[in-house]
Amino acid sequence: MSPDGAATQTTIEATAPEPETTEVDSLPHRIVDRLRSGDIGSWPVIIALAIIVLVFSQTAQNFFTPGNFTNIITQMAGTCLLAYGVVFVLLIGEIDLSIAFVSGVAGVVVAKAQLPNGAHLPWYVCILLALLAGTAIGAFQGSFVALIGVPSFVVTLAGFEIWQGVIQRTVPGVIVIQDNMINNASNYFFSNTAGWIIAGLVTAAYVFAMLGSAISNRRHGIPIHDPIVFVVKLVIVPFIAFLTVYIENKDRGVPFALLLMVGGLVVWTYVAKRTVFGRHIYAVGGNAEAARRAGINVARIRILVFMISGFMAGLGGIVLAARLNSVDLNAGGGTLLIDAIAAAVIGGTSLFGGRGEVRNALIGAAIISTVSNGMFILGYTTGTIFIVTGAILLLAVTFDTVVRRAQVRSGR
Amino acid sequence: MTDTPLLELRGVSKSFGSVQALTDVDFEVRAGEVMALVGDNGAGKSTLIKCVAGIHPMDDGEMLFEGEPVTVHGPRDAAKLGIEVVYQDLALCDNLDVVQNMYLGREANRFTVLQEPPMEARTRETLKTLRVTTIGSIRQAVATLSGGQRQSVAVARAVLWNSRLVILDEPTAALGVAQTEQVLALVRRLGEQGLGVVIISHNLHDVFETANRITVLRLGRNVGVYERDKTTQDEVVHAITAGVPTKVSGIPSTAPEVPA
Repeated sequence: MSPDGAATQTTIEATAPEPETTEVDSLPHRIVDRLRSGDIGSWPVIIALAIIVLVFSQTAQNFFTPGNFTNIITQMAGTCLLAYGVVFVLLIGEIDLSIAFVSGVAGVVVAKAQLPNGAHLPWYVCILLALLAGTAIGAFQGSFVALIGVPSFVVTLAGFEIWQGVIQRTVPGVIVIQDNMINNASNYFFSNTAGWIIAGLVTAAYVFAMLGSAISNRRHGIPIHDPIVFVVKLVIVPFIAFLTVYIENKDRGVPFALLLMVGGLVVWTYVAKRTVFGRHIYAVGGNAEAARRAGINVARIRILVFMISGFMAGLGGIVLAARLNSVDLNAGGGTLLIDAIAAAVIGGTSLFGGRGEVRNALIGAAIISTVSNGMFILGYTTGTIFIVTGAILLLAVTFDTVVRRAQVRSGR
Repeated sequence: MTDTPLLELRGVSKSFGSVQALTDVDFEVRAGEVMALVGDNGAGKSTLIKCVAGIHPMDDGEMLFEGEPVTVHGPRDAAKLGIEVVYQDLALCDNLDVVQNMYLGREANRFTVLQEPPMEARTRETLKTLRVTTIGSIRQAVATLSGGQRQSVAVARAVLWNSRLVILDEPTAALGVAQTEQVLALVRRLGEQGLGVVIISHNLHDVFETANRITVLRLGRNVGVYERDKTTQDEVVHAITAGVPTKVSGIPSTAPEVPA
């Protein structure tokens, strides 16, 4: 000990009489903390979705029916799958404007590869090739962003043009997809029994994961933060699973597209929240310089994120092509790009990077599809629907910006 | 306290092009002591620290860690020796919580799957050892913390990795009075726990509050090492502004001001 140890000791007692604070971890306190840090959670959007559904179910005929529920699910599947990729790109504070036409390219690849009088490859090879094409495009574009430092906005805007051109040059009007296995990506419905089994498996997996993490926490002396929330989650997720299957079974059964969306949600949420890679994605989005100093290979993370975006665009492209049983010159066109990005943003993903959840894409896509579906039933034209969707997007981004400003104020 | 210094630099020189940033500088820190490194702007404090951290290679001189000669080629090498630097701009991710920041880049994992419980438990333990009690929940985002709390997290992160030597670059520069006290108390505690601590500061009040010894640099040369208890602020100020280098290696001490 240093000769003046005793003196130092007394100084500490005198200058820093920090009281032993008890850990305040109550639910209200944590909610306030979350709000202060700009993490508003998914509740505002879920409530908005509930209100939208409620309004249309009162005003639009045949809106609140199992048949229309299935319609909305199959309509939103493509957008939702693309939006999962958008969430990752937004998390690192970048943007990918090429996804819609990348999905179109994937559709073209799958359609060309299955042609009976052409390549005539087995369905799984066709799908694999389409996914590879999407991922490769993502890696290509991501390399420009990560290695050379070209702004992602410009790189993917160039991609937007290039892949649109590629589609226009390679599609001779229309290519019909005759392979039923490929078309099943959008048009297959599970039998009632299979539906119930799926609901059971989802429930089992969820309960198992929740209890597993609770037990692991307990072993390290960390209690369950809010027992009530814990139990509510354990009840509500299985309830939603079985309710969804119940409704779908009243119609044609659980669509395979729904399984893809739920599967995508689970897999990507796991990657984002439970893996080192996911943690580094959030770190790069939050403070790239801090991430670099912490020894994270920032370029690698960025390229991988663009590959995820390309992969999900590929998967979405296959589903979209399967839904029409064909691809044409408009593949990847229309409002697909805007809808996919809007879905991620409306769901609550920040455009400034570092904040957002994979589930935002699902909720956002549900809002967009529900609004356009309901308004269509009510007889509004696409023009009006665009205006309303645009207004919702503006509202969502404004909300994000305001919340972010509040965060900066409280942070210092 | 042992006689062998934890870190010893002998005759370190470093130039950037025609600018001689360090000339034949000696420096040492013992385990369990807080060594302040002071000097005017351009005195070479930051350059010296960056040489230790492996950010700049030294042109000349040697570095001994626990009496053993070592070479540091990058921050990774420094970390391996147990040297951690807390930079002025903290390098925390605002959107991540305290635990996530503490383990950033070195997450506990099993086949890349995060192991949250041990990380949370160890973070709690480290903060407790350092008596950082002002942070309510270690699961709140760093964005919600005050400047002092953030600095505490940054320091605790440096300690988490069984580090032997913690270097703090202007740890109180952006803080208010109460928060400065918080951080200074934390710095003293690091020393009490047997770590070597180097604190760079412009603020002599902070220096006299925390340091056991004070090394003064001027124009890239040693002026002297002062015992906190046997010196006064006036003497140190004089050394900083008008000190005469103790070692004159062929160059007159009245050398013209080196542009930094």
